Amino acid sequence: MTQNLLEISGMHKSFGGLKVIDDVSFDVRLSSRTALIGPNGAGKTTIFNLLTGVYPIDAGMIIIDGQDITNIAPEDRVTVGMSRSFQNIRLMPHLSTIENVMLGQHARARSFRNLMFPLGMFPENRWRKSAEEALEKAGIGTYPGEVVANLPYGIQKRIEVVRAMVSDPKLLLLDEPAAGLNFSETGKLQALLEKVSDQGVTILVVEHDMQFVRDLCDHIVVLNFGRKIFEGTPEEVHRDPAVLEAYLGTDEKLSEAESAS
Amino acid sequence: MSGYIEAQLIILCLSIIYAYGIYLPAASGQLNLGAAGFITLGAYASAWFNAGTGVSLPIWSSIILAMIFTGVIAFVISFPILRTRGVYMVLATFAFAEVVSGIAINLEFVGGAAGFPVDGHTDVSIIVPVTILVILFSFYFMSTRLGLALRSIHDDESVSTLFGVNVRTAKVVAFTVGAMLMSLGGSLYGHHYNYIEAQTFNVLLSIYILLYVLMGGTQTAWGPLIGAAFFVVVPEALRQIAESAGLKWLAEGRFILFGVFIVLLMVFRPEGVITRTLQDKIGGGLFGHKRFSSKETVSGR
Repeated sequence: MTQNLLEISGMHKSFGGLKVIDDVSFDVRLSSRTALIGPNGAGKTTIFNLLTGVYPIDAGMIIIDGQDITNIAPEDRVTVGMSRSFQNIRLMPHLSTIENVMLGQHARARSFRNLMFPLGMFPENRWRKSAEEALEKAGIGTYPGEVVANLPYGIQKRIEVVRAMVSDPKLLLLDEPAAGLNFSETGKLQALLEKVSDQGVTILVVEHDMQFVRDLCDHIVVLNFGRKIFEGTPEEVHRDPAVLEAYLGTDEKLSEAESAS
Repeated sequence: MSGYIEAQLIILCLSIIYAYGIYLPAASGQLNLGAAGFITLGAYASAWFNAGTGVSLPIWSSIILAMIFTGVIAFVISFPILRTRGVYMVLATFAFAEVVSGIAINLEFVGGAAGFPVDGHTDVSIIVPVTILVILFSFYFMSTRLGLALRSIHDDESVSTLFGVNVRTAKVVAFTVGAMLMSLGGSLYGHHYNYIEAQTFNVLLSIYILLYVLMGGTQTAWGPLIGAAFFVVVPEALRQIAESAGLKWLAEGRFILFGVFIVLLMVFRPEGVITRTLQDKIGGGLFGHKRFSSKETVSGR
């Protein structure tokens, strides 16, 4: 029997009168690479925000690794083993590459002793070294001291993944990691994610690039208007009528609209 | 050392201590216009512990007790104040300073409106080493993981939270420690001039100190040092030079020139004189930003 790392059951979220997430339930298997797809406004990023605690959920339950995290404070959720990247790059523009990565280590270094350790004064300290190693492993050891605002977009995207990885997550949430990348950058990102996945980290990715999703993922969840409309393998997803309707619309609707007017 | 230079040095040292007190919260994006309030608290508390009615503690104990006293007050008020942001935090801290000043003027046991004579004396041989300690402490503080967290909060609060930073705690600590530094500065002021009155610590002082920090730059721990040094030394030096050159109009109107300069600074260096990028350019060796080559080069921007 395969084990689930993440279990979402009966998740609801409304903003005012707008139901953004409506009774969504799905599981993410341990060590899987799951994609969360759907048209714009389907609620994909909202699910990430609910998982990481940016907003509280209205109803439902989130379980990670057997632990109910529904009511855990956002700053503590990362210690449960969940880390994310963002749709629009959310690196700290005034920090250097290495400092951004060291911020990712924060969840593992929250004791008073660690908080008071002068990271900047001893260049050879273990936190800095492990951050440098993580960057090297991801093939972006270039300019660890460079302020990230000056780096190319593709590299910033990968730094986000490295930053999320150094918190030692069991579950890595990636929000459109390939968006805005060119062909070769996408390839490098995919190689990085495969390496991450081989280390046993479970990946949940929101992505519009279907080629990228098919190459990377083994499981797909489709959302539309805040509801789950499909769950299955990448092969099945193309044939599912509900998914096709969500993305392309149907002839019937068109004819209905015509007859109504 | 001539009396004049010494007097200027004392002003410079006190300004630097005050500036670091404002800088620590400013590094996480909190604008504190309450410097005068914390300085008042430190100056009066230390003076009272040192030679108030019924107490006469040694000068060092007085200064440290005053820091603790100010720290406790700062800690308590930080919770409501840190609920506000941006210009509202400026107003809240300003209001706090006004309240402190109002109370000090009306407390008869610390002299009331007549001011309060201070007993124990600190001279330049104490103030300068203490200032150096404050500078070293601030550099240490900003180089810690907590300092990194504060700088992250400055850039993006919600992302910092998602990486496990307890934003509230970090801000409270920065605000409180900063207040304690200002208290230290206030105590030294009182014990140096041996007379304090609440009116001296007015909003103009708070504005100047915040200006030192913002003009110096909040991205690195160099900012407040450079900002304070610049703002204290340049107007005075300008006066000296103008007077010795016989330019009376310049000596008297130097603040007009200085005002123009501040505007230019805001136009050309909106993030302060010392930015992160500038520090790296001048040689980030102090912070060990070594650059090592890698297989991949940065290309195709």
